Amino acid sequence: MSDQLYQDRIVALAKAKTGAGKLAAPTKSARRDNPLCGDRVTIDVRLDGQGRIEEIAHQVRGCLLCQASASALSSVAVGRDAAGIAAVRHDAERAIGREAGEAAEPFAAFAPVAAHKSRQECVLLPFEALKDALS
Amino acid sequence: MSFDVAAVRGQFPILSEIIDGRPIHYLDNGASAQTPDAVLDAVRTYETTGRANVLRGVHRLAERATDAYENARADVARFLGVQPMEIVFTGGCTAAINLVAYSYGSLLKPGDRILLSELEHHSNIVPWQLLRARAGLEIDMIPVTTDGRIDLEKLPGLLTPRTRLISLAHVSNVTGAMIDVGAVVAAAKSVGAKVMLDGAQRAPHGPVDLPSLGIDFYVFAGHKAYGPNGIGVLWAKPDLLDAMPPFMGGGSMIGRVTFAETTWAPPPRRFEAGTPPIGPAIGLGAACKWMQALDWTGAHAHEMTMVQHLMDGLQKIDGARIFGPAGLQNRYPVVSFTLDGVHPHDVAQTLDSFGVAVRAGHHCAQPLMDRFDLDGTTRVSMAPYNDGSDIDALLTGVRRAAKTLR
Ligand SMILES: Cc1ncc(COP(=O)(O)O)c(C=O)c1O
Repeated sequence: MSDQLYQDRIVALAKAKTGAGKLAAPTKSARRDNPLCGDRVTIDVRLDGQGRIEEIAHQVRGCLLCQASASALSSVAVGRDAAGIAAVRHDAERAIGREAGEAAEPFAAFAPVAAHKSRQECVLLPFEALKDALS
Repeated sequence: MSFDVAAVRGQFPILSEIIDGRPIHYLDNGASAQTPDAVLDAVRTYETTGRANVLRGVHRLAERATDAYENARADVARFLGVQPMEIVFTGGCTAAINLVAYSYGSLLKPGDRILLSELEHHSNIVPWQLLRARAGLEIDMIPVTTDGRIDLEKLPGLLTPRTRLISLAHVSNVTGAMIDVGAVVAAAKSVGAKVMLDGAQRAPHGPVDLPSLGIDFYVFAGHKAYGPNGIGVLWAKPDLLDAMPPFMGGGSMIGRVTFAETTWAPPPRRFEAGTPPIGPAIGLGAACKWMQALDWTGAHAHEMTMVQHLMDGLQKIDGARIFGPAGLQNRYPVVSFTLDGVHPHDVAQTLDSFGVAVRAGHHCAQPLMDRFDLDGTTRVSMAPYNDGSDIDALLTGVRRAAKTLR
């Protein structure tokens, strides 16, 4: 049954709002829109000399899945560079069934999205924005 | 006499489908309505007893096909209170608007102006922007009131001697508000502008008497009016159709073709190049006939009872806000709402788990969403076959979303 999509863990991630907000002096920021649903994510990062994230903040105008994903991503982003973030993205892709394998935490929480193809982009949008910010 | 919803529901096979053990509460009629047996039967009859191309063959099947196609045109014309030869079959509502923007648009001059409104569907914005880019026209925009109606008080100030066309939604696909056509037509006359109405959300709610409206162009989509996909309608005053050049070239739309010169067939053929969507046109004819036979006084009262039931229910949910007219006057059963702290997509997804189908998002009306700084709305759009149980299921789902997602 599809009402299992909004399981407590996803709702909890969204409510945690980890990293929600703006940075005062970001090194970089990027915004991504999903033209189909209108979701919009803006991500600010402060980077060290090696391109590693020292601080991250996000603003989401979008659905709960997008908020939860931005929150999960922010919780693991500090200390990672572009390659490190790309690695984390595999966990999200695995969780939603786009790649084979076990998804690591916190992205395992997104497993229910595997059955909802039309909502998978919502989970990936923050990754797209962060990729832009890091490139 | 009360309206017999059960009798109407019984004519729509899909409404008895069970998905994941639940009945369907289909409240996304504004996106696409469902289709009755009468339409399915008409298409099947064509496909099984009269399938052939139209207008070209002399054999009997071709004659049957041509008769059925032209009878469909007549049924659509009757539904709109006009003559069959004023009806152009198009690929859809969007296709019909593009036809007008291209063909009628080619008669306009740089500096001429088109007047739209802030609540238009993208399909009544973008074709005009393409024309603007092509032909150097200007676009003006009538703002919307806080209750989601086109603000006609602003209309006089936006008219200029160069305003050639006012193109507006007859009924908003977001707020359900119906425009005061008389006021628009009177204002248009004062500067000699033509009026086009986008009837996509009005046609599914019963016959329209176009001559009494005094407008120049009307368009609607088959699939929202209980007909098939891939078919739409353009109606225009005969003198306008006569003056308009073809939109697409091909077979059936010509008088005579030589490589030096080609002459055009008279309307409506001029605008129906190539083999038309014959089965869908026949299905739409049947849909118009079906609508014509329905008791719309009863159906409208039934629809408004559901709107009231929905608005009363939403009012009791903390943080639910209706976006659109609060009353039942001059509106159709399309109701948008927002739920504080819950994104419309999450509302719609939760509703899906209760078997309730609605649309959430910007509804192809981004300028309207921007104006009210909305991420989108959840839209409930009803048809005569909906009933109180659909609204109850929806309200249960909204309460669930309010309780669990914020
Ligand atoms: C008001 C309005 N106009 C135009 C359209 C476009 O119709 P179609 O996509 O069927 O061409 C729609 C459909 O969503 C609509 O609601």
